[in-house]
Amino acid sequence: MAFISSGYNPDKPMEDRITDIGPRKYDEFFPPVIANNKGKWKYHEILRPGVLVHVAESGDKVFTVRVGGARLMSASLIREICEIADKHCDGYLRFTTRNNIEFMVDNESKLPALEKDLSSRKFAGGSYKFPIGGTGAGITNIVHTQGWIHCHTPATDASGTVKATMDVLFDDFQKMRLPAQLRVSMACCLNMCGAVHCSDIAILGYHRKPPLLDHEYLDKMCEVPLAIAACPTAAIKPTKVELPNGTKVNSVAVNNERCMYCGNCYTMCPSMPLSDTEGDGIVLMAGGKVSNRISAPKFSKVVVAFFPNEMPRWPQMTGAIQRMVEAYAKGANKYERLGDWAERIGWERFFEVCELGFSHHLIDDFRDPAYYTWRQTTQFKF
Amino acid sequence: MAKHETPLLDQLESGPWPSFVSDLKAEAEARAKNEKGIDYQIPADCVEDLLGVLELSYKHGRTHWKHGGIVGVFGYGGGVIGRYCDSPDKFPGVEAFHTVRVAQPGGKYYKTEYLKQLMDIWELRGSGITNMHGSTGDIIFIGTTTKQLEEIFYEMTHNMNQDLGGSGSNLRTPADCLGESRCEYACYDTQDLCYNLTMEYQDELHRPAFPYKFKFKFDGCPNCCVASIARSDMSFIGTWKDKIQVDQAEVKLYVDGQTPPNGGAHKDGNWGPFDIEKEVVNICPSGCMGYKGGKLLIDDKECVRCMHCINVMPKALHIGKKRGLSILVGAKAPILDGAQMGSLLVPFIEANKDNDYEEIKDVIEKVWDYWMEEGNNRERLGELIKRKGFQRLLEKCEIEADPRHVQFPRENPYIFWKEDEVAGGWNRDINEYRKHHKR
Repeated sequence: MAFISSGYNPDKPMEDRITDIGPRKYDEFFPPVIANNKGKWKYHEILRPGVLVHVAESGDKVFTVRVGGARLMSASLIREICEIADKHCDGYLRFTTRNNIEFMVDNESKLPALEKDLSSRKFAGGSYKFPIGGTGAGITNIVHTQGWIHCHTPATDASGTVKATMDVLFDDFQKMRLPAQLRVSMACCLNMCGAVHCSDIAILGYHRKPPLLDHEYLDKMCEVPLAIAACPTAAIKPTKVELPNGTKVNSVAVNNERCMYCGNCYTMCPSMPLSDTEGDGIVLMAGGKVSNRISAPKFSKVVVAFFPNEMPRWPQMTGAIQRMVEAYAKGANKYERLGDWAERIGWERFFEVCELGFSHHLIDDFRDPAYYTWRQTTQFKF
Repeated sequence: MAKHETPLLDQLESGPWPSFVSDLKAEAEARAKNEKGIDYQIPADCVEDLLGVLELSYKHGRTHWKHGGIVGVFGYGGGVIGRYCDSPDKFPGVEAFHTVRVAQPGGKYYKTEYLKQLMDIWELRGSGITNMHGSTGDIIFIGTTTKQLEEIFYEMTHNMNQDLGGSGSNLRTPADCLGESRCEYACYDTQDLCYNLTMEYQDELHRPAFPYKFKFKFDGCPNCCVASIARSDMSFIGTWKDKIQVDQAEVKLYVDGQTPPNGGAHKDGNWGPFDIEKEVVNICPSGCMGYKGGKLLIDDKECVRCMHCINVMPKALHIGKKRGLSILVGAKAPILDGAQMGSLLVPFIEANKDNDYEEIKDVIEKVWDYWMEEGNNRERLGELIKRKGFQRLLEKCEIEADPRHVQFPRENPYIFWKEDEVAGGWNRDINEYRKHHKR
């Protein structure tokens, strides 16, 4: 490969430099029907799963076909998406917050060809490239994080757990039979780049072992005070260690009893890795939401303390998720979100109907808020 | 022929959901064939090695990516995240495999011409692998070498008028819902406010000056489709102050079963005929509705704008006309001190394009001044508010306390009175006191 210069001159980095120009302005990419009716939409309807119509005051309509996709996406696939948008949508498309792709047309007559085209495309391995769905009272795409494909702190993989989960929930991606929408989210460590803490069902990668200590390199690679300060439970203190060759080095000691395995020290100090085959795995949380609809937004609760990483398809995890979805579908009232349903029937009943075990791990003992989660009433169910 | 055997990943090719493994394999093959004759600027087989390193993680149950290194483009403190593989001998193609965050357009609308141009750069100068999109909202380029970073930045800024996003202790790339562009619920122009603030605060976005990361997110209504209330340090949620607009004739069409409820969201369920009492009136959280004599009655003064009735009958009910937004602050994921939801700071503020959103910027800058002055290193705004108390924030933002700021008033009387709030102050004369109270 021969180096191809963009025009950048490394000897004069400021020459012709352009900075601080921000993203492209949103309205550069509006399809005409969107540009013409912005701020003047009257109502919408989901015609069938994955297909929406929005009607403007002017009478204009925009028809949207929503398709799922892995957020991990190759340039070739993006070019294929462009080819479809060029063919059917005058070269416009959009992505949703939850990694779906939306193809928009301004006339209902353009829908059948678009839908047929999207549904017909498959990967060599047999999976759909562009499954239509993800609307209304069903399950839409999973927002997720990076995982083993490209991150230094994950306790599990993101793309794989998501693929395994969406395969078992696929019918509900293409149907709208649930009491309300059910949002599944995935974060591969406690840092929660994916902010899964307010989801109907959350998959969370979790470490269960205190960090390893690479004493020989620790003081060379890290600022020891920063590693100490990073610990939320004050479990880390400075120490001197004698290496097998007799040299004494500055390092840290970890009070393992106090460690909450958050990995914050590792973020500050690469000589304190946490990942471990047996230690790492999956936590499941449930019952959170972000919408203000009917009830206030709420946090998800831990309902499974640990499942081991079972590559490549995490069957215990997907099994528990399926049981929660089915119990919810069967028991909840129309419009009732999973968390509202669990609160109405009581969490003791939730564990029973979802066939999930309960153990001391699920009782909060982290700081003050823990007290408010214990039962302080004689009202409970047998 | 694949460079590495991937028996575990291969099992993720079956099943209906789009397989990222199939996609990666196809990309690896396309790079090997190179039908377009691209002079790849990073190893052509990097996607093969990416599959290889992922397979190894599936075998070990552990990541094989090292901690980031400090790489970036000149003058910026964010936008690029260094990434190195811990087994470069086995996977030389991904030895240095950095992330580039590209600032996404509002509402994530695209012209194909733009995406193709972006892919031209990324196929030539990187792995061709992306995230569409990252959790915060950026377009994520996964995998390039240090030398290509400035080249990518130069081509994006010069040929595409396109900048990088944020990372580190910066303002992170702000994100919005699609708002007025295609949603009848939008109470303000989320895309315009998001763009305006993004441009106003470019310096904060590119050059780390904050104690920690800071996120803005813009939701057009209380449905909160971008989850601003759960994951942004400052969350801007559309709302209104006056009456829900009601079209009684359209209400009747819902009641008569002519229009499917909730925009047709429940079409595959066996829920029976629509019952306005059961499905709307009785589950209104503030109990401010009634249905009498074929008319829907709303006591708007008691409405808490939860969106339920509007969601159920979008053809009949419409958001009010006096629109603006609420500002909530301090939301974050659990690291470190537990998750926090956004807390209401400004119940209502107008989104005024004509004065360049001056009032909103005033609140933002007061919040930032406070956080930068009193926040500890790596302390999110929400944690600072918790540590110092909500009153301190109100004081710094010059906002009067209001019952809307609390779910309920305090349950303990341990009020920290300020000296100037108590007549006479703290300094008293003990001798004067003793004149009337013997020892």
